[in-house]
Amino acid sequence: MTKEISVGFLSTARSNHTQKRRIIDKLIEICLFLAALSSVLTTFGIMQILIGEAWQFFQQVTIFEFLTSTEWTPLFAEPKYGILPLISGTLVTTGVALVLAIPLGTIIAIYLSEFASDRLREVVKPILEILAGIPSVVYGYFALLFVTPLLQFVILEVQKIFMPGLEEFDYFILPGFNMLSAGLVMGISIVPFISSISEDAMRAVPLQMREGSYAMGATRLQTAIKVVLPSAISGIMAAYILGISRAIGQTMIVAIAAGLQPIYTWNPLDGAATISAYIVQVSQGDIARGTLEYQTIFAAGLTLVLITLLLNIIGFFLTKRFREVY
Amino acid sequence: MQSQEIQRLRANINRRKLWDYIFVIVAILSLFVGILTLIALVLQLAITGVPRINWEFFTSFADPEAGLAGILTAWVGSCLVMLVTIVMTVPVGIASGIYLEEYARKNWISALIEINIANLAGVPSIIYGLLALGVFVQQFKLGESILTAGLTLSLLILPVVIVTTREALKSVPNTLREAAYAMGASKWQMIWDHLLPSSAGGILTGIIVGLSRAIGETAPLVTIGALTFIAFLPDSPFVDFPSKAFAWLEAPFTVMPIQMFNWVSRPEPEFQLNAAAAGVVLIMMTLIMNGLAVYLRYYFRKRIKW
Repeated sequence: MTKEISVGFLSTARSNHTQKRRIIDKLIEICLFLAALSSVLTTFGIMQILIGEAWQFFQQVTIFEFLTSTEWTPLFAEPKYGILPLISGTLVTTGVALVLAIPLGTIIAIYLSEFASDRLREVVKPILEILAGIPSVVYGYFALLFVTPLLQFVILEVQKIFMPGLEEFDYFILPGFNMLSAGLVMGISIVPFISSISEDAMRAVPLQMREGSYAMGATRLQTAIKVVLPSAISGIMAAYILGISRAIGQTMIVAIAAGLQPIYTWNPLDGAATISAYIVQVSQGDIARGTLEYQTIFAAGLTLVLITLLLNIIGFFLTKRFREVY
Repeated sequence: MQSQEIQRLRANINRRKLWDYIFVIVAILSLFVGILTLIALVLQLAITGVPRINWEFFTSFADPEAGLAGILTAWVGSCLVMLVTIVMTVPVGIASGIYLEEYARKNWISALIEINIANLAGVPSIIYGLLALGVFVQQFKLGESILTAGLTLSLLILPVVIVTTREALKSVPNTLREAAYAMGASKWQMIWDHLLPSSAGGILTGIIVGLSRAIGETAPLVTIGALTFIAFLPDSPFVDFPSKAFAWLEAPFTVMPIQMFNWVSRPEPEFQLNAAAAGVVLIMMTLIMNGLAVYLRYYFRKRIKW
């Protein structure tokens, strides 16, 4: 008798306990879901702010002027709102960075994945990680106070070798603020991203493919370039796209080393401003909300987001198009 | 005839081998470009900056006189902002990671969240600054404060923390989950008592990597209006204990990278000395954090073998 009672008591207690646990579990799941949803909220926040402020901006400036005028002087007495100078600055610095970073990153990735010993890789990868972890403001300092003087010296000396006998002031002297040194340093700063993602993609290529290639008498380099590289191309593309978006969004190196003059030029030896550098420049001063000046940084930001978005979409389709499945 | 053929074959093999060697040399040169840049950067900073570093440099406020200026407000600001960032990022990041890895069903909401996080990781950091300016400063009226800065950096590094948390959870074998269920554990008990402890190493590494990125981030904080010249510290929470314990959250601030940016932008060479010294301190901070991450990864990889 007592036994039955106690068992009955136990089972209600247990079902109570289970029920409570179930409720707690459900509550926890909801909390976790809300946390995950916060990222979606961030995206909505970004779009709402950018589009909202840019909308007000375009009430006063036509999209046509924004996209075609080659003068960007929002802070002048007679303001002009053409985004082209900022876009040219962004594209030139990104271009210089990529000319350096893509070959360097790809070669390093091939070497680390196909040639290097495990021990060398263990040494080199942390060094690359350190390179990736250096704050961009430090890179900016380096570009302005080390790379630019170095380039100025080298360019002057090269001219003296090839065109001797000119007066000192006839030689071309690289300006103190230029896109070349900003772009080169930016290139170095994105090499680690390109090389590490490309290397991961190459190492994911099955060993049998390499062995098949070796069995046909191919050398390591032939195997790397004709077998491994094509198989890993979708991952490598993803790495390039990531590198490009990093370069486009890079702010501090350009703001410090390229000057902040929005000049419409495609010559990397000139100084210029990029979209993000302009945003930083304006934010440094006190800007009142609701002014057109305040809205320009959001219009510029929206342009930046649209460019990176476009790149990501292209990247998405490229990776899909070239994906090889084993 | 035959020997000629063999000779041709040899020549061919030798030529291809030569290309292999050439490639190796080019690759090592490429690696050296990276390594030499790193060395040049560190040396340039150290030679210029280290002589400037002394005790007063850490305990002085900003000053119009370069020789008297210090980084007190900057490093205190960096630490406080990091504190807010940690408090925000750790729970939200880990919770999102757990949800996506352990709970999410395969439906459009999870797909949306996943695509979203991948995209957010590619958004330029300055855009987070604009978001914070529009939402935290203007709409929520949080002001140009330490709280705003911490929240901004937290949003910036959340994708990193979420992705590494998921990787860490993924690497825990399913047998562990099943064993916990077999002992009658509920899902949350399984996660809290078993999954999290065994993936703590990976999660911690991700958090530190994210924080080391946040501490060097300049652009978004300039956008939300970080000051470059402050001659006072935020109120200590212990002065007026319960009533004003969180007043420091609303204080204006500056951080290390912004202080350095300000000094670099000035034309006087004396300030560039200060910039180099601030750069040395900043690099030491990020190096220590990165080193910690590398060590933790190594330590946990050695300790846990599935």
